[in-house]
Amino acid sequence: MTQRQILITILVLSLATILTRVLPFLLFPDHKRPPEFIQYLGKVLPFPVIGMLVVYCFRNVTFTSSPFGVPELAGLVYVVFVHRWKHNLPLSIVGGVAFYVFLSRVVF
Amino acid sequence: MKPEAKNNATINALKAALPYTFPVLVGYIVLGIAFGVILTGRGFAWWLAPVMGLFIYAGSLQFVAVELLASAFNPLNAFIMALTVNIRHLFYGISMLEKFRDTGKEKPYLVFSLTDETFSLLCSVTPPENVERNRFYFFISALNQAYWVLGCTLGAIGGSFLNQDTSGFDFVMTALFIVILVEQWEQTHFHLPVLLGIFISIGSLLIFGPQNFIVPAMAGILSAMALFRGKIEEGFRS
Repeated sequence: MTQRQILITILVLSLATILTRVLPFLLFPDHKRPPEFIQYLGKVLPFPVIGMLVVYCFRNVTFTSSPFGVPELAGLVYVVFVHRWKHNLPLSIVGGVAFYVFLSRVVF
Repeated sequence: MKPEAKNNATINALKAALPYTFPVLVGYIVLGIAFGVILTGRGFAWWLAPVMGLFIYAGSLQFVAVELLASAFNPLNAFIMALTVNIRHLFYGISMLEKFRDTGKEKPYLVFSLTDETFSLLCSVTPPENVERNRFYFFISALNQAYWVLGCTLGAIGGSFLNQDTSGFDFVMTALFIVILVEQWEQTHFHLPVLLGIFISIGSLLIFGPQNFIVPAMAGILSAMALFRGKIEEGFRS
């Protein structure tokens, strides 16, 4: 690609991304109350979507061959339990990463 | 408002937003560096990294974009690819319709910068008292993008010099999403929506594989939310 074509491609990617982010707000602007079903979705979707994002993070883990996703699952269990126990964001996140890096590099 | 008071309100909002963004700081710097290294490793100019971080600002798409830029010029293909990779943003927008209502002059930027990480932070944080809400949301969003652009640039300039083994550190994003999941879990006694989200996504992943599972998962979640609407609304009320 020429430099011009590269910049056009980046522009296209930018516009398409903006479209996916703006579309709901264009369809349902501030002054117009969205249909009831959309209001319901707005309230309920954050819950299943965060669940989907967690699964998304694990999408490339292979559970069928060594190390069978053990570091990832152990990291998950660590973050869930430590966060429920202490509710301390740095401890949950920094600790979780350290635990995961240790498991995936040193142990497995 | 006096200019001085206005400045104070801005600084207050920035100070209040900063600590919430620390996990994203670590994650975006690590991922951004990885992106910059890959981009320049393919022979592209370093300054394309900040340009893409500023204007595209979507992590997974930017990694795909390196492959697109390295192949023949095909804008239509690029457009479709970007829509497919980013279609999950539609759900973020629908979830934020209420929260972003009347956010005024901050609204366009809040919408533009709604990444996975910013979405999940904005879902879970409430601005502290005496901090202006719109500016607080704005700074969470803008700090996150600043980290991302910084990471992309560092990776592109530092290249192989910075290319220490950072594998595993991207678990910071996973940890952030898990923490937010736990906090949502503790907010309510009614867990059907999140459980549906998790199991439908796992099912879709098993059937369609890691590259193609998001769209079917979204369709499944939408259908389940419609199907169990009565039960879910009742559950939220109690």
